Amino acid sequence: MTAADPTRQIRPTYSPSPGEVASRAAEVRRNWLLSAPALTLLFLAASGPLLVVILYSVLTPGEYSGVVWELSGDAWYRVILHRDIFDDTVSLADAHLRIFWRSAKLSLLTTFVALIIGFPTAYFVATRPPQQRTLWLFLITIPFWTNLLIRTFAIMEVIRNEGIVNSTLMSLGMIETPIQLLYTDTAVLIGMVYVYLPLMVLPLYASMERLDFRLVEAAYDLYATRIQVLRRVIIPLVKPGIIAGSILVFIPSLGAYVTPRVLGGGKNMMLGNLIELQFGQGRNWPLGAALSLTLLVIVMIALMVYVRNVNRSESRG
Amino acid sequence: MQQQVSEESVLIGSDRSSKSMPLMIEAIDVSKVFGGGDSMITALDAVSIGIREGEFFTLLGPSGCGKTTLLRMIAGFEHPSSGAILLDGSDISQLPPYRRPVNTVFQSYALFPHLTVAQNIAFGLQMLDRPKAEISETVDRMLSMVKMEAMKDRLTSQISGGQQQRVALARALAPQPKVLLLDEPLSALDLKLRKEMQIELKRLQHETGITFVFVTHDQEEALTMSDRIAVMSEGHVLQVGSPHDIYERPANRFVAGFIGETNTLTAEVRSATADRVGLRLGKRLELDAELPAGMTPQETVTLVVRPEHVRLTSDTSGSSLPGSISNVVYLGTDTHYHVRLDSGDELVARVQNGSASDLQFGVGQTVDVAFAPSAVRVLRD
Repeated sequence: MTAADPTRQIRPTYSPSPGEVASRAAEVRRNWLLSAPALTLLFLAASGPLLVVILYSVLTPGEYSGVVWELSGDAWYRVILHRDIFDDTVSLADAHLRIFWRSAKLSLLTTFVALIIGFPTAYFVATRPPQQRTLWLFLITIPFWTNLLIRTFAIMEVIRNEGIVNSTLMSLGMIETPIQLLYTDTAVLIGMVYVYLPLMVLPLYASMERLDFRLVEAAYDLYATRIQVLRRVIIPLVKPGIIAGSILVFIPSLGAYVTPRVLGGGKNMMLGNLIELQFGQGRNWPLGAALSLTLLVIVMIALMVYVRNVNRSESRG
Repeated sequence: MQQQVSEESVLIGSDRSSKSMPLMIEAIDVSKVFGGGDSMITALDAVSIGIREGEFFTLLGPSGCGKTTLLRMIAGFEHPSSGAILLDGSDISQLPPYRRPVNTVFQSYALFPHLTVAQNIAFGLQMLDRPKAEISETVDRMLSMVKMEAMKDRLTSQISGGQQQRVALARALAPQPKVLLLDEPLSALDLKLRKEMQIELKRLQHETGITFVFVTHDQEEALTMSDRIAVMSEGHVLQVGSPHDIYERPANRFVAGFIGETNTLTAEVRSATADRVGLRLGKRLELDAELPAGMTPQETVTLVVRPEHVRLTSDTSGSSLPGSISNVVYLGTDTHYHVRLDSGDELVARVQNGSASDLQFGVGQTVDVAFAPSAVRVLRD
C-alpha cells in the first residue's frame, strides 16, 4: 500500500486532492439519491400527516365536516376551556379534563397491572431451560394473531352480566346478583391489560434473559432473603426492561380506542374516543386535531422522562 | 476398590484426636444424586470429610469429580441427597444460603454490575442489618486489605480481572464468615497474576484466621497453598493429607498420577513382613520398601518413583537396572530423560541443569537407573 503510493510517506498529514474532493461531493449526492425513497416515504407517512394535523388544528371547523381555510385559535382554546353558549362565561372544559384524567389514570393502572402480571411471567419464561423458552414466548404471542376487535368482544363475553365470570360466581353462591363489570372503567382496565400484556412481557423477558443468575446466587450467599434479592439485585438489573415495557404499554393505552369503545360503553370515554367523536358526530375537525396533538405532547413528555431516566441509570450503571 | 480407600480417608480426615484443632466443617456420608431414572448421575458418593478450624483446605480433582458439588452444598446452593453437613457442630444441611455464616468467592466473581466496588463489599453487611458506621468502617478496612482503596467508587466493569478478583474476595470476607469458600477463583487469571494471588490468598487466610475451603483442578496450586488437600475422583475422596503426604505418599495410582509427574513400575515381591517388603526390579535391582498399612502384598506390587528421585549413570558395567534413553526434553531448569528399561517399563528422570555433575545423555545411549529405597512408594492398586 505505502510502497505503491510513495506520496503518502512524504505527507504524513492527509489532505485530499481536488479530484478526491469532487468524488466526495459525488458520493454525498449519490447517498442522498439512494435515501430519497425512504425519505419520501417518511415524509408522506409521518411528517406529512402530522403537518396536516397541525395545520387543521388552527383552522375553523366547516359547516358539516372538514375545515374552512380561516385561521382560528378556537380549537386549542377549547381543548381545556369551555365557553357557555348562552352567557359566554368561560370555565374549564371539565368534560375534556375528566377524559384526560381518566385516560391517564387508566393507562397508568394498565401499565402497573401489566407490570405486576408480566414480571413473574417473564421471570418464569427466563428461568425455563433454553429449548422450552421459545415455546413459552410463542404462546405469549399467539393472541396477536387474532384481530383486536374480536379479542375485545371475547372479553365482553367473559365479563358481561350473563358471562362466564358472573355465572360461575353465582353458581358457586358467592354472589346473589351479577356484578356489573361491563361498561365500567374496570372493564376497560381488564381489556387493556389483556391486550397490552405481551408488550410488557417481551421486553421484560429480553432483559431477564440476559440476567446473570449467578448474581442471584451471590446475593443469597451474602445473606439476602428472597425479597431482598428481588429488590436489590433483580429489579435494578432488569430496570431497562421494566422501563421499556412500561412505555410500550402506557403509550398505546393512552390513545386506546377500540377497547374503551367496546368495553367502556358510550359514557366511559378515553382520549382516543374523544378524538374520534370530534371527527365524527362532533364535526369539529380542528378540535379533533388539537386533541390529537395534545395526546402527542403527553406521549412525548412521557418519552422524555423515560430517556432521562435511562440516561441517568446508565451513567450510574 | 475406591470405596475401600475412601473409608480409610474418613479416618484420616475426621480423626479428632490426631490434632487438637476442632472441626469447622464435617461432611458425614454425604451423597448427591442429580436427575433420576436412566439419566441419574451420582455426583458424590457417601463422602465424609473433616475440615479443621482455621486451615486452608483444598478440594482437588479433575472436572466432574464432585468437588464443586461438595462446595455448593457447604454454601447451601445444593442440598445433600443423603448424609449431613455440620458447621461448627450444628447441622446446616437444610439451611438456605442466607442463613449460613459461610461466604463464597465465585469462579466468575459474580460482582454486582450495578454497584460500585465499595457497594459490592458493603452488600453482605447491609443484608445483615449492621449499623452504618460499622459497615463503612469494615468496607474501608477490606478495601485496604485487598489494596483497592483507589478503586472504591469505580463500577466493577471498570476494573481489571485481577482487581475484580480482589473485590470478590473482600466482598466475601467483609461479613467475617466462619468459612470462606473459593470456587476455582484463580482460573480466569493469567499465570503471573495467578502466582501473585496465590501468595495473596495465603496471606489473607493467615491474617483473618478464617477457614478457607478452596476448590481447584490445578495440583500445583493445591500443593503451594494448602494446609491439607482432599484428592477427589468420580464422587469419592481418595486421600486426605498434607501436600507433603499427598505428594510423597500417594494412596493409589490415581493420586500419584494426578499430583505431579510420576513413574509407575512393577516389582516382584521377594519377602514380606508386617510393614515392609523386599522387592526385585528387573533382573538384579533389589530393594526394601515400606508397606502401606493393612496391605497384604501379592506376587507383584506397583511402585511409584518421582522423576526427581531417579538417578542416571552412564556407567553400565554391573548395571542393576539397565535401559536406554528414548527421548530428551529440555525444560530450562531441568532436563527430562525418558528411559526405556530393558524390562519394558518406561520412566522419566528429571536432572537439574547446571548441577556439578552436569550430566549429558543422548538419545539411544545406554544408562543405568537407580533410586534410593526411601524414594519408592508401594501402591495399593
